[in-house]
Amino acid sequence: MSYLPMKTSMVSFTGHNGDTGHAYYARPDVPNKMGGVILIHHLPGWDDWIIESARKLAHFGFACIAPHLYFRNGPGTPDDVGAKVRAAGGVPDDQFIGDTAGCMKFLRAQPESNGKVAVMGYCSGGRHAWLAGCSIDGFNAIVNCWGGGVIVDDPKELTPARPVAPIDLTSKMKAPLIGIFGNDDQRPSPDQVNRSEEVLKKLGKTYEFHRYDGAGHGFFAAERPAYRVEQANDGWQKVYAFLDNNIGPRIRA
Amino acid sequence: MCSYIIDKVRLKGSAKGQGGWLNVDTANVYFDHPYHAPLEHALGIDFVNERDGAPERIAVELSAESARQLALAIMVALKRGAAEHGEAA
Repeated sequence: MSYLPMKTSMVSFTGHNGDTGHAYYARPDVPNKMGGVILIHHLPGWDDWIIESARKLAHFGFACIAPHLYFRNGPGTPDDVGAKVRAAGGVPDDQFIGDTAGCMKFLRAQPESNGKVAVMGYCSGGRHAWLAGCSIDGFNAIVNCWGGGVIVDDPKELTPARPVAPIDLTSKMKAPLIGIFGNDDQRPSPDQVNRSEEVLKKLGKTYEFHRYDGAGHGFFAAERPAYRVEQANDGWQKVYAFLDNNIGPRIRA
Repeated sequence: MCSYIIDKVRLKGSAKGQGGWLNVDTANVYFDHPYHAPLEHALGIDFVNERDGAPERIAVELSAESARQLALAIMVALKRGAAEHGEAA
């Protein structure tokens, strides 16, 4: 019995408009080729939870880059920078797309890359993952964990920063998608999840949705009251298997 | 949820931050995941001075019930102040 050694670094990537962003990069410290994941943080910011998740993905055999999407709004602690971005109305979608495309290039340029890349996000990052999967060519997998705002029921939610509902871009989605949802969540609500699935089904997309009773929003986050151990453990297993099939094989100890 | 919901309240007043007292002209009020409070969602208020570019914020994250109690307490204090000092509440 052994465990995978891990290497972590702060790295730079070339993002939207050629801007240089920074990110946390975690990967198994082995000579094998491996799939890469771009992990998108939620609206409150580039927090400890996203870094912990990056390490978790590396522990289970994938290279993971977690970009600080608010790097332009610093300096400052991630929570203060996140507050500035919130006050300004959130990160613009086109800027996010440019930064994520830059992270994809970063991953594929690494010597350990097997050439396959997934995008994964929580909450608003789940919406971002859907958006990226429909806006950037070259993804091999998309992981949407309880992304709210994929479907927009209130037109007021469409803003200059977020002008399009990601669901309306679904015809452009080329990679397989996995969705993880809590049935007690209200953003996305079970009805919105159902309607998202109808669109995927109608368009003939490759997808799998996993819905969990007794779970609400953000139930993977072990340091939060919303954490649900059984549902989270099962959800993580579903994500690992999906990534193993689509950007793997994952590295094993 | 990551709500994107934010209300901006224009203020006249001061708040004490890490570097001492500062003028504040805006409160950004939102309801979303907290950064620190051990809650699923929280009512957040960031007091900032936007006129100076908001270099610092004085932040609170409160449970929904705490926020309601705080709002009530503010209204009660204003009412008592008006009664005792004659200011318009």
